[in-house]
Amino acid sequence: MKKIFSHPRSLRKVTTHYCPGCGHGIAHRLISEVVDELGIREKTIGVAPVGCAVVAYDYWDFDCSEAAHGRALAVATAIKRVKPKTIVFTYQGDGDLAAIGTNETIHAANRGENLTVIFINNAVYGMTGGQMAPTTLVGQKTATTPKGREVKGQGYPLKISEMLKVLPGVKYLERVSLHSPQEILKAKAAIKQAFLNQIQGKGFSLVEIISPCPTYWGMSPRQSLNWIKEVMLKEFPLGRIK
Amino acid sequence: MINNLKRVLMTGNEAIAEGAIQAGCGFYAGYPITPQNELIAYMAAHLADSGGVFIQAESELAAINMVFGASACGVRAMTSSSSPGISLKQEGISYIAGAQLPAVIVNVMRGGPGLGNIWPSQADYFQATRGGGHGDYRSIVLAPSTVQECYECMPLAFSLADQYRMPAIILSDGMLGQMMEPVLMRSHKPLAISHKPKWALGNSKGRSPNVAKSFYLREGDLEKVNLLLQKKYKTIEAKEQRYQGQYLDDAKVVLVAYGTMARIIKSITHKLRGQGKKVGLLRPITLWPFPVQAFERLALGKMAKKFLVVEMSAGQMLEDVKLVINGRSAVGFLGRLGGGMPSEEEIIKNITSLL
Ligand SMILES: Cc1ncc(C[n+]2csc(CCOP(=O)(O)OP(=O)(O)O)c2C)c(N)n1
Ligand code: SF4
Repeated sequence: MKKIFSHPRSLRKVTTHYCPGCGHGIAHRLISEVVDELGIREKTIGVAPVGCAVVAYDYWDFDCSEAAHGRALAVATAIKRVKPKTIVFTYQGDGDLAAIGTNETIHAANRGENLTVIFINNAVYGMTGGQMAPTTLVGQKTATTPKGREVKGQGYPLKISEMLKVLPGVKYLERVSLHSPQEILKAKAAIKQAFLNQIQGKGFSLVEIISPCPTYWGMSPRQSLNWIKEVMLKEFPLGRIK
Repeated sequence: MINNLKRVLMTGNEAIAEGAIQAGCGFYAGYPITPQNELIAYMAAHLADSGGVFIQAESELAAINMVFGASACGVRAMTSSSSPGISLKQEGISYIAGAQLPAVIVNVMRGGPGLGNIWPSQADYFQATRGGGHGDYRSIVLAPSTVQECYECMPLAFSLADQYRMPAIILSDGMLGQMMEPVLMRSHKPLAISHKPKWALGNSKGRSPNVAKSFYLREGDLEKVNLLLQKKYKTIEAKEQRYQGQYLDDAKVVLVAYGTMARIIKSITHKLRGQGKKVGLLRPITLWPFPVQAFERLALGKMAKKFLVVEMSAGQMLEDVKLVINGRSAVGFLGRLGGGMPSEEEIIKNITSLL
């Protein structure tokens, strides 16, 4: 008999600390499955962000490093440069990657660092209590946009993936979503591609994952999935960007 | 890397870079700022030849966090900057201390606060010796005062950082960084102790995963880590004090100075001794741990002594001297601020008034 479904070796059997309906757990699992399928667990180094996924290393069963808020790509750059045979990825939220860490993101991408970036876009700051993120939609209510994000003074949702497209050092950009089983399968395929690119030495690869935060969207898990499909994807269309 | 056992004329900044390379530095990241630019340029030109990795980072924030990553892989890592850039690195230094990673950080101090100026200064003493970033932590702080010492303090800095798994700071200044002196290259062997830590990331075959982190959310865990750090700091305070003394046995006035200031004081002390004046010099080499044992010996000695602290600051090391002397002797101070340096006449006038 062939075993077709099991607990990934790279994912520890621990209780989750994420809220019900949160996307982080799904993304962690997809990464673990990909690491297992590529047989790279013993040479993988994950760089965890500061954000809700700050303890991602408590879930993954491979070497990991912490990084100060926004600095994951600086930490990862150095790791990959001093240990070029390892497979290094960062896992970052939208505040981490596209606000406080924008400089590190753009420059690691522009240097063409041979890294894999998993970018979790949930349109809010989860860890600190649901404040506005650079990716927050216009009109979206958050702890710091009580009347909804206004363009005047708060600007537009930042499309960092589209911005990175113009950099020659960037080899692969894809936006995926976790709002349905079909989309989750596509997300996994994109993550796998981003890891394969690194294994083949192709350069900077980033997968942006649209991920639900029911807690700070003020929705049920089911409503959040619908909101992604009906609202968020209009601002952040899925598919290959580069 | 320069072939050993010969004299080479170089700046203090270059001597630090060459000393680092010879100490087995495998990673450097930095961002340009005057007056430390010769250091980053030397690393750019020579580190790769010795198998190391050089990166010109996009900011000091990126540079120090790159150092975190390289160090987490068990590679000797360093960064350098000058005062404003060192301020930017403080969060990263705190993370390095918290994660118990070794790293070497060079501060070629310039005048502050703010953008200040590019002249030599010693006004970052508090920042270096009191932790500098957030949390209860310390860095080992070494203060070279000659170009030769700039070269020699690097293997020591890396060895101490590795041994105690913590940041080590070299506190230089714009004068020492820019001045040229012949440096005697010491040996054919790698200058620092070997470094193959078990906690390093990379290739986890046959062991459970390693994690480099400073985050401890469970109640009581962070306090335990902090107590461990404090225990380590106590050991260092007991074992790693370094200083240089000159004419201390019969000195009536002990001059206390470090770095660039100490070299000026040293020549003044010689001169005054030539005139039969009983002055001596106590030059802290480790600013943290502060060489309190040397001061204790002097304070307990029979001679009634006075101390004169001379700094290019408003009196920062002065506080450490006062703490250890604790009212047992008079402690005077002479300082210049914002890139100024006390002149020889000023210093001699102050000494004479104490004799
Ligand atoms: C220097 C610094 N500034 C601010 C914070 C507080 N902080 C922690 S996580 C975070 C934002 C997290 O949002 P995001 O990156 O979108 O991740 P999420 O929690 O939504 O997964 C902030 C502002 C910090 N830890 N360090
Ligand atoms: S706050 Fe949002 S992102 Fe954070 S764990 Fe909860 S649902 Fe997930």
